Order: sequence, then structure tokens, then C-alpha cells
Amino acid sequence: MEVTLSVKRYDPESNRQGPYYQEYGFDIDENATVLDGLIKVREEIDGSLALRCSCRSAICGSCAMRVNGQAMLACNTKINDVLPSNGGPVVVEPAGNMGLVKDLVVEFDIFWDKVRAVEPWLQPEGPEPEGEYLAPNEDMLHLAGVMSCIMCGACVSDCTVLEVDDNFLGPAALAKAYRFVADPRDDADDKRLGELNEYGGVWDCTRCMQCVEVCPKGVAPMDRIMAMRDQAMEAGYTNTYGARHAKAFADSIEHSGTLDELRLPIKTFGIFNIKEMIKLAPVGIKAQLAGKRPPIIHKKTPGVENVRRIFKKFEKVENDQ
Amino acid sequence: MYEHDVLVIGAGLAGMRAAYTASQNGVDVAVISKVYPVRSHSNAAQGGINAALGDRGDNWEDHAYDTVKGSDFLGDQDAIEIMCREAGEEVISMENMGVIFNRDDEGRLGVRSFGGQRQARTFFVADFTGQALLHVLHEQILRLGVRVYEEWFVLSLIMEEGECAGAVVMEMKTGDIHVIRAKAVIIAAGGLGRVFEPSTNALICTGDGMALAYQVGAPLMDMEMVQYHPTTLKSNGALMSEAARGEGAYLLNSEGERFMERYAPNMMELASRDVVSRAEQTEINEGRGIDGCVLLDVRHLGEALIDEKLSQIRQLGIDFANADMAHEPVPIRPGMHYQMGGIKTDVDGLTNVPGLYAAGETACVSVHGGNRLGANSLLDTLVFGRRSGEHATDYVRTKKHANVDDGAADADKAQIRDILDRDGGGELFGAVRRDLGETMNSHLAVFRNDEGMRTAFDKLGELRARYEKVVVHDKGRVFNTNLIFTLELGFMLDCAEAIILGALERNESRGAHTRTDMPDRDDENWLKHILISRTDDGETAVDFLPVKITQWEPQIRSY
Repeated sequence: MEVTLSVKRYDPESNRQGPYYQEYGFDIDENATVLDGLIKVREEIDGSLALRCSCRSAICGSCAMRVNGQAMLACNTKINDVLPSNGGPVVVEPAGNMGLVKDLVVEFDIFWDKVRAVEPWLQPEGPEPEGEYLAPNEDMLHLAGVMSCIMCGACVSDCTVLEVDDNFLGPAALAKAYRFVADPRDDADDKRLGELNEYGGVWDCTRCMQCVEVCPKGVAPMDRIMAMRDQAMEAGYTNTYGARHAKAFADSIEHSGTLDELRLPIKTFGIFNIKEMIKLAPVGIKAQLAGKRPPIIHKKTPGVENVRRIFKKFEKVENDQ
Repeated sequence: MYEHDVLVIGAGLAGMRAAYTASQNGVDVAVISKVYPVRSHSNAAQGGINAALGDRGDNWEDHAYDTVKGSDFLGDQDAIEIMCREAGEEVISMENMGVIFNRDDEGRLGVRSFGGQRQARTFFVADFTGQALLHVLHEQILRLGVRVYEEWFVLSLIMEEGECAGAVVMEMKTGDIHVIRAKAVIIAAGGLGRVFEPSTNALICTGDGMALAYQVGAPLMDMEMVQYHPTTLKSNGALMSEAARGEGAYLLNSEGERFMERYAPNMMELASRDVVSRAEQTEINEGRGIDGCVLLDVRHLGEALIDEKLSQIRQLGIDFANADMAHEPVPIRPGMHYQMGGIKTDVDGLTNVPGLYAAGETACVSVHGGNRLGANSLLDTLVFGRRSGEHATDYVRTKKHANVDDGAADADKAQIRDILDRDGGGELFGAVRRDLGETMNSHLAVFRNDEGMRTAFDKLGELRARYEKVVVHDKGRVFNTNLIFTLELGFMLDCAEAIILGALERNESRGAHTRTDMPDRDDENWLKHILISRTDDGETAVDFLPVKITQWEPQIRSY
């Protein structure tokens, strides 16, 4: 079939300012992947096209890039599946949220720095066992779901928090952290959860689901981050903005059936937290001017007893477990 | 100029295992890798790692015999004994480092069956065991703070007074060329699969390590022994793990017959790989194939088991063969997979060049002989990676740095300038690479004969001439992959030369080297290794070494 790829290119050594798009048209097999197309370009048409790729089997994690605006592995994405319906070219761009090196090659140093920051190695306590550690198979199978992460960076590329906050550890590093938090052989959970509770950690995810959406290996980083929030609170790390926000949120719903938006930030930050209260003031003023200030008197929703019954039921289920 | 006691080339399992050991022993070790460590091809090992654990009623001698028999009696038995004896400890220590491993009901390590072995002794993590091991070893390298030169490419080895004294390297992000001085160099740069087209191997498997050693005079051994894996996808050569057959998959021909009955009545689909690949190719050649393939059928295993233990290959089938294994058989065929041969080493990883070590697929100890058993490759990387790390540690303790300076990079700099200066009108590396791969796959595959191998040798001469004129479009310094691929092709041509020369030399059929014009094994004349080396004046030399036999005399091999 005849296809056209429009590839975003960038050469730091050229006189041309900034990136530009270059179109490559060629004939290729119907089952060809985006990577097959790019390899054809660099081997037959334009050797200067730079990209990382290796295994062609979605296991090495080299070729994460954006295809038609979304991060994916070029090697397991069939061209046929991403042909735009308007007949236009398939747009291939480097992964986002990481600096450009050249063409489709992006800067990975910060990615690895963040992985290193979660101390990604097993930290058992006590003497090494004679043989293997004993561990339930179901725990290991659960971990396998996270261990199948190939560190391709697709989740980091499309993370909406990293777009605005470089300090966020990001979905890949946090999923890696979960691999240890959930490992029955690791004895550093408490320390890990404490650190992940800090700025840049588990509470900075906005739950946009983008990482779950683009992960080519089903790792579901956001779900792991949410699990660590629960574990952090269970471990007693309740005195953070994130934890207090979660608790205030739940309390409000249980109490009135709806969210008390006015008191949520107050309960999260604390009424005597002058610094945060001042920071919030402009938000309140803007809301007031736009006529969107939440009501000062928060009313219970009709049928709130039913909501409370749901809460009771949940509590019972949790206690039974 | 950079300087380290030990320089490890390659960040796969063998390289990182060597670096881990050297670092723990307190020497200054650094790793250099042309990709980030977790991109290494050790990732691709799906099925598992073999070890005979005494407390499971297994014993290492059974494992060793299965390996010897699998090798078609070409493996050196002293090395095989070491590998099998140390296997259990290696698997346990990887578990202790953090590898998850599937468990049995008591929470101990669980096993699955694998080809060519009479006992289930393959430890595994679903069907991504290599990845699970690689990522955990990388975690340990991070813990130890070992310096890793990531995305640096090795151009050549530095020789000083007959000893290896470091390497000349290119930092890919800047294009800068550096000298790294080292008292010992351990090559753990993986295989050469891309010399063949198609191949299950990653695009980075271009035989760099073997070629680097070959270029400084270290002999390559058993290079004619190229493994064709029985189950690869037709579309892109992707590997469908032996784990599928380990879990009970059938191989069917166009008549729906489990044809292995006629070739290996006892072991059936789990005979050794050379046997199964020959059987498949025979079925296909005799007209009982389907479009150049036979069928891999796992439907009877049930969707639950497939999802728990074979999920990755199920996805591969869907992605690359449009077939969901849970509901239909997948067409597969033999495909180039592994190089049993490599840089000749002793059991401590030492090559014939002082200061130069090798481990993993790059090396040939030889534990795989004429045919490697599934799940012995991961074991090989770890055991001999560790042993070379240990030996190199001792070696550098009493050693001073050789007299090396930045001038050592002059020849490589000149060569790269030459390549970049070539006129823009010539062909790109891609056409030469493809012709090389197709030539090798036509004439050095499952079945070989004298005429075909000679054709390949002549063709190689033509390809070398074309290679000298290949042009590089990218004239820049930053991440010039065009240049890197062109340099890799140079390594691949050297590897192909050694493979063809070795294959032409071996006048018998043994293991993966099956000659239709000489179909029998000839123990009287050929129970020996073939060593190919390049002399100082650029000629090739052929030598022989007898196979080391400790306790198992060659027998007729049937499965």
C-alpha cells in the first residue's frame, strides 16, 4: 500500500530554526508497522533520519514516540490502524515532555534521574535467606503486571502533570516505586511511602488516565499511584495536603452527599495556614467575580441517608477483609 | 581520556553481572553500552533459566548431560559441568536481588518444562524472564552506583604490547570520540543475529563484540553453529517462546498431524531445537507446510493458562500475525535466533588475548556446542559473566595501566572522516545489509551444502566491495545513527566471514550445522572445535581444538 509519513524533524546542528515536518511517501506491506516504515525511510530514502529502535517486539522500550499526537511504540503500531480518515499523512513526532536531541530522539537523562530517585532496588531487612524468599504466587503475579514495564517513556511523554510541573516524579518512576512497595520481600515500605508522600510524589497525579491509556504493556501507572495513596494513608501518612484533601472529600460526601467546595481547601490546608490561605485568595476572588463562588451555606442533598448507607457498607466490606 | 580498572562492553545480563561482581569486589569498573541498559537484548529471552536444584530432587549432572547431548557432543564438558553446578546458586542469588519468579503452592520457585531436557528445571517469570532478570540486575547496578556510559559506541579495542589496554569509543549524543584506558576489558556485547535476515534478534545485535575481538587477533570458535529457533513468526521473524511448547503446545503440519511423532517420538515437540527446526523445514520442503510455515497450536491449554503464562506471545501473535492463539493456531517457521559460537574463552572468560575477556552470547566457552538448549542462554550469561568479573578483578589488582594516550583514537577518527567524506551518490548501508542477511539466510540456514556456502562466500566479497563505497547522508555529529549503522555493518561483514569459513571447514553434520551433502556426524574426525582468526597481516587462519570430554562419551542422539 502507498503511505505517507509526516515526520517531525530537528537537527541541532543545522542553520534552520527549530523543528519542521518532512513527508516521506513509499510503498509498503499492508501489515507494516510505523517502525517498519521509519526503517524503510532511513535504510532506503533518507539515511539522516535519527530514531531509537531495537527489538521490534515491544520489549526493549526504545521506540516510544507520538503517532498522530498520541504516545505509542512505533514497533507494535500498524500503519493501517493509524491512517487518518481524511486521507492525510500519518504524523510521527518525538515523545513529549522530554527535551529534543535530534529528530525522533529525545533526552532521557531526566527520566532515569527520576527512576533513580525512588531507590529502585529491593531493600530487605535481616539476613539473606538460605534459599529463595518464600512468597505467594499471587503476589508475584500481581507484581508481574508492573514488572512488565519496559521503561519506554510513553506515559511520561503524555503525562499532563509533567507538562506543567517538572518536579513530578511521573508515572514511570512511580510505577517502579510501586513494584517495591507491593513486593512482600521489601521491608522499606514505610520509608518509601513517606518519601512518595512529598511534593512531586503520589499526590501530584491529577488522575487524567492518560498514562493508563498510552501504556503499551498494560502497566496502568495511575492505578499503581492510587494504590500507593491508599497505602500511604493506611501507613499513617495522613497529615499531607493530598491525604487531608482525600479525607475532607470523603467526609463531605458522607456528611452531605455532595462536595463542599468552600471548605475542601480549608480542611486540606488548615484554616490557620496563612500562607496557603493567601495563595487561595485570588482564586476565591476570581470565582466571586465570575459568579462561581460555591455557596457559603452548604446544604445536604436529598436522600443523603442512602449515601451514608453506601459508606457504611464499604466500611463493613473493608473491615471484613 | 577516561580510565577504569575494568571496562565492560555491553549492558545486558552478562555485562551487568560482570560489572556487579567487579564492583562488589571493590575494583573501579565501568560499563559502556550503545543503548540504555534495559534496552539490551537479554530482554528478549522469554522462557526461563535452567537450574537443577538439589532440594527439588534434581541434580546438576542430569542437567549437564542434557546440555552435552543437546550440544551434539560438541560442548566442552568441563565448562558445562561448571555452568550446571553453579546454576542453582545463580538463580537463587537473582531471586534474592529481587527477581519475582513464578512460585509453586508453597511460595518457592516454580518450574516449567523446556526442550531437550528430561526434567522440568526451568525457572521463569511468565514469558518475560529475560526482561525480569535484566531490569533487576540494572536495579543493582544503580544501587552500587556503577558508572555506565549510556549510548556510547565502541569503535575499536586498544592493543599495547600484545595486551588489551582499553577501547576507542564514540559518545553518540555529541559525536565526540574518546579513549578509555583499562587494565582489563570484558566484552559482553551480545549476538550477531542481524547478519541474517530475517532473525529473531533485535536490530542492535550486530556482532560488534565478536568483530572487535576478531580484529585484534582473538580467535572466534564454533562460528558455524547458528541456531534456528523452531517457532518464529513469518511476518517479521519475531520469536514465539519455547515456553509455549514447554506448557504443552502442539506443532501441526498442513494435514493436521503432530509430525514430531516421526522425528522425536519420545520428546515430541520438546526435542532439542536443531531437531525440531530440521523437522519443520523437512515438512515444509516436502509440501506439508502452509505458505512456508507449520502451525503452533495452544488452544487446548485454555485461555486462563495462556493469559497467565503466555500473555506476551499471545499479544505478539495478535500484533504481528493477525492470529489470537487462544482461538486459532499461529503459523510459524524456523528462524535465525542464536549464535552458539563466539570469542573463544576459557572457563573464566579469558580469551587468547591477555587482558581481554568475553562472556554471554559474544563468547564461546563452549557450553552450547552445536546446539543450545532453551533456557541455557540466560544461565550462560550469568555464570560466565560473574566468573569473568571475578577473574578480571584478580587480574587488575596486580596490573598497571599500559602506556595509552588520546593518540590511540587517531585511526578511528580518520576512518570516520573517510566514511563521512564519501560522495553523496552511492548506496546507503541498508541495501548491503539486506543482501548480506538474505545471502546468509539462503545458504547458511537449517540445511546447508558446499555449493551454497561457496556462493555465500563469493557474495561476501562483493558485499565488502560495495561496503567500501556506502555513503552516509547525515554529516553531523549529534546522534548520527546513519554513521553508527554503517559502522555496525562493517562488524557484521566480519562476523559473516567467520561463520562461512567455519561452516565450509566442518565436513560433517552436527547440531545446527546440517549439510545435505554430508548428512552424518563424524566423531572420528570432527569431535573438535574450529577456530577462525585474523592474523597481523590481515589473512585468516584456521585452527582446531579437541572437545573436552570429562564423563560422557558421544552417543547416537535421539529424542
